[in-house]
Amino acid sequence: MAFDKMELRDIEVWDGNFAAAQAMRQSQIDVVAAYPITPSTPIVEGYAQFLADGYIEGEFVMVESEHAAMSGCIGAAAAGGRVATATSSQGLALMSETLYQASGMRLPIVLNLVNRALASPLNVNGDHSDMYMVRDSGWIQFDAFCPQEAYDLNLIAFRVAEDHDVRLPAIVNQDGFMTSHTAQGVHTLTDDVAYGFVGEFKPMNDMLDFEHPVTHGVQTEEDWHFEHKARQHNDLMTKVMPKIKEVFADFEKLTGRKYSPVEKYDMDDADVCVVCLGTSVETAREVAKEMRTQGIKAGVIGLRVIRPFPFFEIAEALKNVKAIAALDRSSPNGAAGMLFNEIAGSLYNTQNRALLSGYIYGLGGRDLTKAHLVSLFKELQANVDAGKVTTQLQQFIGVRGPKLAYL
Amino acid sequence: MAKKGWDEFEIGAMLRTFDGKIDDIAGTQQEDRAYSQSSSYTASVADWRLIKPIFNKDYCIDCQFCWVYCPDVSIISRDKKLIGVDMDHCKGCGICVEVCPTNPKSLLMFPEQADEETEIASWPKKDEEEA
Ligand code: SF4
Ligand code: SF4
Repeated sequence: MAFDKMELRDIEVWDGNFAAAQAMRQSQIDVVAAYPITPSTPIVEGYAQFLADGYIEGEFVMVESEHAAMSGCIGAAAAGGRVATATSSQGLALMSETLYQASGMRLPIVLNLVNRALASPLNVNGDHSDMYMVRDSGWIQFDAFCPQEAYDLNLIAFRVAEDHDVRLPAIVNQDGFMTSHTAQGVHTLTDDVAYGFVGEFKPMNDMLDFEHPVTHGVQTEEDWHFEHKARQHNDLMTKVMPKIKEVFADFEKLTGRKYSPVEKYDMDDADVCVVCLGTSVETAREVAKEMRTQGIKAGVIGLRVIRPFPFFEIAEALKNVKAIAALDRSSPNGAAGMLFNEIAGSLYNTQNRALLSGYIYGLGGRDLTKAHLVSLFKELQANVDAGKVTTQLQQFIGVRGPKLAYL
Repeated sequence: MAKKGWDEFEIGAMLRTFDGKIDDIAGTQQEDRAYSQSSSYTASVADWRLIKPIFNKDYCIDCQFCWVYCPDVSIISRDKKLIGVDMDHCKGCGICVEVCPTNPKSLLMFPEQADEETEIASWPKKDEEEA
């Protein structure tokens, strides 16, 4: 290989952005087309620096917008290269039209999405509005709760996305600032081991294969559109989750770090549990531990995989729980939250119809404190004791002014 | 193209345009290309059209404007001579008529059901105001 290796300590102090950039470097991406946006900018800055310093043999394409960034990525991926980029919030919104092209064309691009609120009002801080905005775009979506996971899940995402049975793009989410800008100790892999895990990129139906010419992104109208979308949905519903589990298992063999589509904490005998995403999972685990000392059998579920939604794994994890709180960090804008709806959908036809309530929290970077979670767990326990949900189904945590509750 | 089930497509919104390798694509006329059954070339879009272009070679100066501007490569030109319109792929947009510089125009749009011979026989005369 014509590029330099980088010597890493076993544990490096990296924030989530740098961890993602290092994983991109070790995966030896052919093309990164990117446009800067807070808080994800340091990911592609890091990648560009590695490229400039001779650690990568690839191309960095500077474009005029996020729409052009993903368009460039799509062209490069269709041409037969390993491709990745990063964005956040408004950038993702501008990029969103092209996300459907990437998934429909079955191009295994990896997008680091550093989660941030959507304007208006303008806000650079973290919430999950951008993640939720593109949840139906046909991309696989992973969620990292800390920098270590941002590193690991990038390597995993390439393996899953590029598998020839899958061939779907993947998003790796991490919380804006909370993960992206908070440095922690990250266990590293050497360049050779990391690249060995991700593997050499094997193009499929690439446009630059002149022996087998193909047309990408064709027009199909009512004749074949439905069949293509059905195939894509079928693959997401049946092929992706087994592949994710297989790659998680391989990663555990390599590193000892165990991942699961549904991350369970103290769930074996839990009566009450919180289901959430991102950095809130770690806070909820802390609080659940404290609740146990107060006699409340509390557990936490963090979703590692959001698309495809782990319906069966969620139903299994929740089968003995009596009261569940689904925490959504995005404005529901006229509905119940995504997690509330999808957990309800996962449990509706099972034996356990646990008491389910939904909470909206943390918009635009508003803190979710331990005190919030203590009262939330107590509310869940009160529901269990009463045998019914004692509050309205949807509540807002920590919004100023009069309490908000609906449904 | 034969109708396939959702599980019979190769993955991706992708078509194999040709059967096998292509050597001199620019130098090979459409009718001589080895288009595959899944190529868009085999799909007629004639049913999108409400009006159609009719070509009158008496006035044509073979300037090739229509050939250059047609967004669907539906003007058939051989040896820089216009010889007709590919009615399987013409969508009836009328751009070829817009760009035709002759007076009267050598291409005009007519209702889809119009008879070509009748229309050519009664082709409009030179437009004096424009001249
Ligand atoms: S009407 Fe439009 S599509 Fe048809 S030949 Fe003229 S320019 Fe081409
Ligand atoms: S634009 Fe008109 S004159 Fe020119 S080649 Fe076409 S039909 Fe003939």
